Amino acid sequence: MDMQATKKKLGLKEKYAHMTRGLDWETTYQPKEKVFPQATFEGIKVHDWDKWEDPFRLTMDAYWKYQAEKERKLYAVLDAFAQNNGHLGLTDARYLSAVKLFLTGISPLEYMAHRGFAAAGRNFPGVGPRVACLMQSIDEVRHAQTQIHAMSNYNKFYEGFHAGASHQIERVWYLSVPKSFFDDAFSAGPFEWMIAIGFSFEYVLTNLLFVPFMSGAAYNGDMATVTFGFSAQSDEARHMTLGLECIKFMLEQDPDNLPIVQKWIDKWAWRGIRVLSLVATMMDYMLPKRVMSWKEAWEIYFEQNGGALFNDLAKYGIKVPDCIAQCTVDKEHLSHQLWLTLCTHGHAMGLHTWLPNAEEMDWLSAKYPNTFDKYYRPRFDKLQELADKGERFYANTLPMLCQVCQIPMLFTEPDDPTKICYRESEYKGEKYHTCSDGCKHIFDDEPEKYIQAWLPVHQVYMGNCWPEGTDPTAEGFHPLLKYLEWCHIENGKDNGDYEGSGDQANFAAWRGVATQNT
Amino acid sequence: MQIDLRTVAIKPLRNTFDHLVERFGDKPASRYQEGSYNIQQENIFHYRPAWDADSVLFDKKRTKIQMKDWYALKDPRQYYYGSYTIARARQQDAAESIFEMVEDRGLAELIPAEQKQIALDILVPMRHVEWGGNMGNAYISAYGYGTVITQACLYHSMDHLGVAQYLTRIGLVLDGPDALDKAKDDWMNGALWQPMRRHVENLLVLDDWFEIFVAQNLVLEGLSYPLFYDHLDSEFSANGATAVSMMTRFMGEWAGETAKWVDAQIKVAAAESPENKAQLSDWVKQYRSVTLDALTPIANRALGDKAAGVLEDVLSEFNARCAKLGLAV
Amino acid sequence: MSTVFIAFQTNEDTRPIVESILADNPHAVLDEQPAMVKINAEDKLVIRRESIEERIGRDFDLQELQVNLITISGHLDEDDDTFTLAWKN
Repeated sequence: MDMQATKKKLGLKEKYAHMTRGLDWETTYQPKEKVFPQATFEGIKVHDWDKWEDPFRLTMDAYWKYQAEKERKLYAVLDAFAQNNGHLGLTDARYLSAVKLFLTGISPLEYMAHRGFAAAGRNFPGVGPRVACLMQSIDEVRHAQTQIHAMSNYNKFYEGFHAGASHQIERVWYLSVPKSFFDDAFSAGPFEWMIAIGFSFEYVLTNLLFVPFMSGAAYNGDMATVTFGFSAQSDEARHMTLGLECIKFMLEQDPDNLPIVQKWIDKWAWRGIRVLSLVATMMDYMLPKRVMSWKEAWEIYFEQNGGALFNDLAKYGIKVPDCIAQCTVDKEHLSHQLWLTLCTHGHAMGLHTWLPNAEEMDWLSAKYPNTFDKYYRPRFDKLQELADKGERFYANTLPMLCQVCQIPMLFTEPDDPTKICYRESEYKGEKYHTCSDGCKHIFDDEPEKYIQAWLPVHQVYMGNCWPEGTDPTAEGFHPLLKYLEWCHIENGKDNGDYEGSGDQANFAAWRGVATQNT
Repeated sequence: MQIDLRTVAIKPLRNTFDHLVERFGDKPASRYQEGSYNIQQENIFHYRPAWDADSVLFDKKRTKIQMKDWYALKDPRQYYYGSYTIARARQQDAAESIFEMVEDRGLAELIPAEQKQIALDILVPMRHVEWGGNMGNAYISAYGYGTVITQACLYHSMDHLGVAQYLTRIGLVLDGPDALDKAKDDWMNGALWQPMRRHVENLLVLDDWFEIFVAQNLVLEGLSYPLFYDHLDSEFSANGATAVSMMTRFMGEWAGETAKWVDAQIKVAAAESPENKAQLSDWVKQYRSVTLDALTPIANRALGDKAAGVLEDVLSEFNARCAKLGLAV
Repeated sequence: MSTVFIAFQTNEDTRPIVESILADNPHAVLDEQPAMVKINAEDKLVIRRESIEERIGRDFDLQELQVNLITISGHLDEDDDTFTLAWKN
């Protein structure tokens, strides 16, 4: 035996192949179709799983080592933040509405991502993608838990965090927007899951979720969240490469995959962009110290960065989704329309809303020269006028939701911002409403799926959303108060305007204690 | 002299999240508790899965085992992501030191030929069994119920990948890439390994995730780990193959740690109801006999005429363990 | 023509890494932002392990980049000695 040959050092690629692909085998006692029952039902054809290229070649021991290092650093900061009342360094406590939105609306999605990637990590016949998916699955556990841990300190001092992760996302009307997005992806097969989450969400749209929240945290003194953000980002780099490799692999395996993949990109880009409306409104309205406008973020992170990506995919025949054209118009309207609905339904929210002050409205005018003063400032002025008279306006009903994205039907026609966009589809004798061409298209393509949606507002009106034992015929019965109780939203504490709230009073009092002597 | 550091004292409004107050009382919660309880959604789902149209996304019906509260299956190690990775990083640091020492000082060349061959014939093909453990636990993590057990099973799945990679590395140290090719050939075609491979493949097609938990994490690991990483390990040390023993140190420690976790799940699930106890016991009996059949030829190759006695010891220890967990086996 | 980029957290560990990348990739452009340093390059960016080791005085495993990495753009190719980002147009 040639000792030299055995001692020759194996390169990273070769070693990694032994450490992963080499572990697997073609089963003979059980047929492949039984071991991998989800491999073909979606119509995606794969001829050679060995063509999969492993992007980051991380063995488990390296994973443990580097991730532990990141965890130690992160928790040191979280502990210091808590010990030193870091929350008093916030610009002001209105900022926490963004954090509440994140903890109640995004953290549960990290958990769903974990379960979905665990499933993909079991269901793909190829070893390469399985290992990468399992690493993403465990990364998502990290994200869910580090977010909860980072925000746990806020729960001790402020309202709106107390109900925890899963109770509210199942029930609260505006949280079904993110919830339905991930329920949709997890209920699909592994290939669609990868295009929906691995590619569309974790690659194409990730910067539009992550950067706004994390930069918002940095600009507003939230060291806990920004540290989480930086720490999670390198995990995200691995996720992005997985998503990109996945789509490339599917497109290279068989030309028949192209129309399926294109359809999924079209669907998930639109569903993702709709979920991001919450981010848009957060950026433009919830951050006391704003980072940039949604319009600017869209232009940088989608119009510019997305360009390079779609140029690369063009060689496979992939086209930029049609719905994107509408986004160019929508970017100047989304955030304002949504905030107007949220703050006029502020009594039914689990976080505070408020009317923008004069300085903030001037910022909005400057950032949205084509739309803010023309369509939205007059409405805020009117609301402020009412508030000044002690008649702060709250709508007495809950808004109708889109059957697909589950956002209230508040968005307008692309060519007429004074007209609400209603689209209608008939299916099995019933009428269903969607908010846009994008959502209607999604509904019409898979009506059997979308008619199943549990729309919170519709369920409230059907009397399905009250605590057990509620008697609607009793004296003084108030359906909204009972709904809030069922959602574990504390009326008078979690909801309503920031002005006059407990959070506002406490923040001022504690800041006083920390900076004054009497 | 006492130094008294003062920070501004601001009284918190609450100690922790509502659901943790409900479970554990009104006091600050641990990181494990915050990260593990009431995270998985349970009641309302928008769409039925395309891959399981008769169920909901997270469905208690995916196993015959029934629990009033699936969060009773907590992990005694209290592993959340941070504590898990930090614990494993310490272990991998020790393992890395050992591998570096063995490689740098050429300690593999000092292993007696017969011992080296046993290591190659037994430990290296085991990496494929480990891969089966990775797949089974990934399945549980995807389709199981309740964050406390599904989280732990994902860690267990990744651990199996880690162990498989250490076994791969042992093969490379002992005989380069050829060792891996030979082990793969033994796994696919060698008489010694066919009962085990058939068994592992049968586990890959089970539907009930708790059944996989019992068959893989309790029975297969509960029998094979003491066999290889206690008994066979002693033989390596006694016969001049300390280098092998050192390179498998991670596995020995890991098996002890994870057994505590597995025990806690089984004990609680069995105590829940006579039906659970009966089902768990049936599964143990069923998988115990087929696992022993699969291990016998391998044990014979590993331990020669000591094999029968060792298997008897391993079996009686396993049975005692199961009795302590409240099973009737 | 398409831009690739890599971004790191700004701290003492990444300073020599950034220096190495700029030295090895003359066409690369540094973009310093709050708490983050971004390096943009047309078409391709190559990070060399040796260059980093020269600057830090110890062995460096390219996988250590993970600890301070924020984000990347482009297709990744990784081996023992180099970490390459490129768009394959």
